[in-house]
Amino acid sequence: MSCVNNSGQAMLKTKAKVALEDGRVFEGISFGAAGETYGEVVFNTSMTGYQEILTDPSYKGQIVTMTYPLIGNYGVNSEDVESRKPFAEGFIVKECSRIVSNWRSEKSLGDYLQENDIIGIEGIDTRALTRHIRLQGTMKAVISTEDMDDKNLVGKARASVGLIGRDLVKDVACEETYVWGTGKSDTRNQKRDAGRRCKAGRCKVVVIDCGVKYNILRELANHGCRAVVVPAKTGAEQILKMKPDGVLLSNGPGDPAAVPYVVETIKHLIYQGSSINYRLPIMGICLGHQMLGLALGGKTYKLKFGHHGGNHPVKDLKTGKVAITVQNHGFCVDIDSLSKNDIEITHINLNDNTLEGIRHRKLPVFSVQFHPEASPGPRDARYLFGEFVNLMRTKGQRCLNGQTFTKS
Amino acid sequence: MPKREDIKRILMIGSGPIVIGQACEFDYSGSQACKALREEGYFTILVNSNPATIMTDPNMADTTYVEPLTVEAVTEIIKKEKPDAILPTLGGQTGLNLAYFLMKEGILKKYGVESIGASVEAISRAEDRELFKKAMREIDVDTPRSGIATDLKEGMRIGLEIGLPLILRPAYCMGGSGSSTVYNKEELEEFLTKGLEMSPVHQVLVEQSVLGWKEIEFEVMRDRVDNVIMITSMENVDPMGVHTGDSIVVAPSQSVSAREYAKFVTLSRKIIRKIGVEGGGANIQFGQNPDDGHIVIIEVNPRLSRSSALASKATGFPIARVATKLAVGLTLPEVLNEITGRTMSFFEPTIDYCVFKICRFTFEKFPRAEKVLNTSMKAVGEAMSIGRNFREALQKGVRSTETGRFGLGSDGRDTITDEALESAPDDLMEEIKRNLRIPNDERLFYIRYGLKAGLTIDEIHELSKIDRWFIDNIRQIVELEKEIKEFRINKSQTAIPPELLRRAKMNGFSDRQLAYLLDSTEGKVRSMRKESNIEAVYKSVDTCGGEFKADKPYYYSTYETKNESEPSSSKKVLILGGGPNRIGQGIEFDYCCCHASFALKEEGVESIMVNCNPETVSTDYDTSDKLYFEPLTVEDVLNIVDIEHPIGAIVQFGGQTPLNISAQLAKAGLKILGTSPDSIDRAENRKRFQQTIRKLKLIQPDNGTATSFEGARKVANNIGYPVVVRPSYVLGGRAMEIVYDDEDLAGFMKKAVEASPERPILIDKFLEDAIEVDVDAIADGERCVVGGIMEHIEEAGIHSGDSAMVLPPHTLGEDTIDVIRQNTYSLAKELNVKGLLNIQYAVKNNVVYVLEVNPRASRTIPFIGKAIGIPLANLATKIMLGKTLEELGFTKEKKINHVAVKESVFPFIRFPGVDVVLGPEMKSTGEVMGIDSTFGAAYAKSQIAAGQKLPKKGTVFISVKNQDKRAIILIAKKLVDLGFKIVATSGTAGVLNKNGIKAKVLPKLHEGRPNIIDLVKDGRVELMINTPAGKATKEDETKIRSNAILYGVPLITTIAGAEATVNGIEDLIKRKKISVKSLQKYHAQV
Repeated sequence: MSCVNNSGQAMLKTKAKVALEDGRVFEGISFGAAGETYGEVVFNTSMTGYQEILTDPSYKGQIVTMTYPLIGNYGVNSEDVESRKPFAEGFIVKECSRIVSNWRSEKSLGDYLQENDIIGIEGIDTRALTRHIRLQGTMKAVISTEDMDDKNLVGKARASVGLIGRDLVKDVACEETYVWGTGKSDTRNQKRDAGRRCKAGRCKVVVIDCGVKYNILRELANHGCRAVVVPAKTGAEQILKMKPDGVLLSNGPGDPAAVPYVVETIKHLIYQGSSINYRLPIMGICLGHQMLGLALGGKTYKLKFGHHGGNHPVKDLKTGKVAITVQNHGFCVDIDSLSKNDIEITHINLNDNTLEGIRHRKLPVFSVQFHPEASPGPRDARYLFGEFVNLMRTKGQRCLNGQTFTKS
Repeated sequence: MPKREDIKRILMIGSGPIVIGQACEFDYSGSQACKALREEGYFTILVNSNPATIMTDPNMADTTYVEPLTVEAVTEIIKKEKPDAILPTLGGQTGLNLAYFLMKEGILKKYGVESIGASVEAISRAEDRELFKKAMREIDVDTPRSGIATDLKEGMRIGLEIGLPLILRPAYCMGGSGSSTVYNKEELEEFLTKGLEMSPVHQVLVEQSVLGWKEIEFEVMRDRVDNVIMITSMENVDPMGVHTGDSIVVAPSQSVSAREYAKFVTLSRKIIRKIGVEGGGANIQFGQNPDDGHIVIIEVNPRLSRSSALASKATGFPIARVATKLAVGLTLPEVLNEITGRTMSFFEPTIDYCVFKICRFTFEKFPRAEKVLNTSMKAVGEAMSIGRNFREALQKGVRSTETGRFGLGSDGRDTITDEALESAPDDLMEEIKRNLRIPNDERLFYIRYGLKAGLTIDEIHELSKIDRWFIDNIRQIVELEKEIKEFRINKSQTAIPPELLRRAKMNGFSDRQLAYLLDSTEGKVRSMRKESNIEAVYKSVDTCGGEFKADKPYYYSTYETKNESEPSSSKKVLILGGGPNRIGQGIEFDYCCCHASFALKEEGVESIMVNCNPETVSTDYDTSDKLYFEPLTVEDVLNIVDIEHPIGAIVQFGGQTPLNISAQLAKAGLKILGTSPDSIDRAENRKRFQQTIRKLKLIQPDNGTATSFEGARKVANNIGYPVVVRPSYVLGGRAMEIVYDDEDLAGFMKKAVEASPERPILIDKFLEDAIEVDVDAIADGERCVVGGIMEHIEEAGIHSGDSAMVLPPHTLGEDTIDVIRQNTYSLAKELNVKGLLNIQYAVKNNVVYVLEVNPRASRTIPFIGKAIGIPLANLATKIMLGKTLEELGFTKEKKINHVAVKESVFPFIRFPGVDVVLGPEMKSTGEVMGIDSTFGAAYAKSQIAAGQKLPKKGTVFISVKNQDKRAIILIAKKLVDLGFKIVATSGTAGVLNKNGIKAKVLPKLHEGRPNIIDLVKDGRVELMINTPAGKATKEDETKIRSNAILYGVPLITTIAGAEATVNGIEDLIKRKKISVKSLQKYHAQV
């Protein structure tokens, strides 16, 4: 079987298979890199944004299935990335477009995956796969372009390592501290955003990088912050030495319980960072939220098939307002495990009533399970960055007693 | 926030008759709204002049007015019903405009009525071009450069400043009527003048043309606490320059990146907030420069629209229902998502398929109209298809339009052969390029021709500006077509490999196309497929991409691994819908299909609807127990039968669409419920019908059948001219004509044969000046009860769908009516009708002739339902399930004490230059009903409802053909007595003056000025009576009539119509004001 790519060259199509640990096997056609890859298979319901999804470090350890069937239509460009490279372990789609059509496109999705050594498979009944996961839960899987033996493949999927208890943060976090928008490789836009100043002076935010999405950094820059990104293993002392106005706990892949060292850092920051006159504002996003939950004495658990998409309604309990949010998580903070004396539940998910946001009753500390930085998806929740900046400006001086962080 | 308790009674405005730009989508939205309001416990008052709607069924609203949608009539209703609020956002542009004028005239304020859903301010901000631009400027949203003109001079200045080409948009006009693209100064002047006339507020937006830009739409909803959600994006395949109602549209957008998408979303939020929609939905249209991504806003509709109906059906999100709940103060998190049954409406639907909308045009009905698409909408209907890829959706969409095509080409119906395309001579290449450059209804096919003739994707993109992604997908279809052809039976020794066959099906190829490509038959392809286990599976539309379990999803076919449609074990019946609206087959049939569904529910039988028309109530998620959004072809229906195993199918409600395939379905083993296919054939097949008539000793006009011109000529000469020629098995009088001599016959035979191949042509003696009568009856095989006998206002020769009708007959004698009744009984019995039956009669010199018998639901079933208060389609369904009329308690014809008049509305204004004379070929798009205690009042209402501004004083222009001159005298006399002045052409004026009626003579158009057209343009004539002279229409007359339409002067083209109109005017003058009464009250008196 042959077909033609954008430049009109004939390409050979290779068979590929996805096998799940419960024995289900799907056959398709390879696109992107060849070989074999393992991961937990999850589905994402966003209709656009495959490039942002692929480059979201939170997908480390996971194979992503897109529920929308037509992927790759608008190609890939160098701007719409969420990190230095794609991190998803594999990519499953119904159909990858053979041509790209968009004024910003620089290359095709297939070429991009190939360059980055990511295995893609198309021609899959992704809806059947999605429904299967919905019913049976997330599971381990393998994609192969080499081994076509179903039994072998299922065995391999079963034998692969899962997510629980596995530290994936170390694979995605930066190794050295950097300041957003000052690097040589940063784009002009990044520099321009980073160069913006807010009227009331600039806030310095230390971002603990567990796999931070660039759009968090872009949003901080847009809100007039100077983002100093530090490796996940950076200790609290070191961070406090930088004299930050606030600390942001980033998103990231996998099980929050697998990164106790970051949880420890957070504990120190919460309690050491505060003195009588000074309380260190902290904001957590996604994994950052889960780690904060653990640091505050809560517990986390794994959801059946997680939340991955751009249409989850989240209610702000204080204002009653609901925002359409972007979500990407397989673990969740147990709502009952948190001490209600210290912690206030601020947000819940309207689809399944799971915890979506908390804040400390006395300290300038809050976090959300969803992604206010969006990318891809609706930007309803951007205002949270503004709230964070407000917290930093008031430096926590009694600022939280009786006040909310919601949009005024 | 809870619903509002400070309002109790809500008045809802419907959209009136089906016209181009406003079709049954507003029945869908209105019906959902009625249900939603009553669910919340509000007293609902509905006004709509269109009887063919589900929303006007007496059980939908608490009280229902079938009255004209005018300020006058609605004011009377407001006085009577004292509503607290008016909900104007579900009745299309008509509803919105009416609310606007009620506000302008102070009616709302005077009676303390609040506009909910969209405040009057919000409506003005979206509709008033100047306010709109200002609002957009305030939130930094770019609009195309433009200016507002209120007169010609100003318009010219603005236009020349911006630079040509330009788009002109008259304010407050729906469906882009009057909107046009102009390329030079002369056109600018011409269309400015027209646009200013057309706009009810005499305002035209002169706008920079963004021709060729991408057109992206968003459906947005907002509640009163400022929650905003996007229902879906839509991308127009035809770029800017073609009205979105005429464009091929896909959902979601295909070529927009996530970052751009987010930008559109952010803009949409800003816009809906700025416009100020508080508790409702809006459609927002953007243009995007494909070269640099620059976005401009084109327009906002702060109401339910055709696009929102499409978005609703495309995603499963019931926009109208939710919009209504928001209008009464509920918030998005408080409204349940009924599709999933477990999540709330505050979310954004995500879809995992490709939706394709394609339009149905009827240029063939208006031969003189230019077959070009532009910013003025021309489509009369649309079909929606769903596939797992664009190609599958496209091919399904093409066959859903029922234009005789079974996919994108290779179905034996291509107008350009493969051989011609291979050599592609210059003139052919020119034709292809022209058709790619100038948007038209065949452009999709020309992309295929272009690709086959060797044009590249880039070349086609340059010509058409259609996005390369769409063109490449079409190229994939073309490539596959070539691959399949290699296995042509006479060419290849090997059969087509199953892998390729499966791929073909995944790309939407129908069995018919494959049969053509493989030189095989549809049946053989089908069995070949089944042998290789290549069968359709059904996936669901569930609003959430499979993330949650869904309680009430609907289904579409595709070729994938896993089927989701699990048939229940209960007794079930398939209802075949009517497909896209077209002239001759519209909302009336959807009404019947819905009633079939309601009746099945009442009988405890599972109802399964099959239809592909996204505008309809029948494709609403909760109308039937199960819905398949599928094309109505033999293949697609049988695939459903294979899964569902229904006890039978109802084919008599969906118009001609299901009837055309019923014989093949029956042959394949599907039981047809009700009247048997053989009986249907006995009625439709002229030869067999003649035998039946003879057997029953009934009278038919002299007639014969022929399959060639020679045969037809012989028959015609035998019978004697004039004769009516028509093909069998067509609806809406397609290609039906009255011919006066051999020469005419030759011309019309050609067209008629095209209209219905393999089937004979029917030739009937034309009964000049006969009165036509339509009868709808219901029978159970034993008993037959007449539902209604309707006398046509216009004389025989005018299609029954175009003729005004009155129920009960107002001039026929009781003995004639009795003959008609007896004829109906014997035909029902002889044909063993089980269900509905429509018969057309002609009465001349007291002789009753049977013109035709249709053993199916007719266009007038809903009209009768509203007039007599009995839903005949509902009863007919129960009969098909085995009930008798006696069991149903309907054994006696209903006598009514009121009069109901049905009048038709026409799309002439969309087709400039087309003559507006009525004939045997149906041309109307919709209908209205006037109901009152006397004929005059009911007729006047019907005219007002149809948009004729009946004058109470002023000048009447009369010009009639010779044979009408005697009849016009009385009419003119009455007009003079009522205080009108008469102007007339010399011949007519001569006759009138001779009879003592003062009539001023107007010069003929070429004789001097001011002539009648000058009078029309200056608004100095209030009514025109012009009966066309003879068979050849004079150029002058055509011009006069077109101008009447363009300038909105009521025009009457028949003597009978003139009589009735004068009757109506007399009533209007006498009564001083319109009287209104609810259907429920009328029905209580039956």
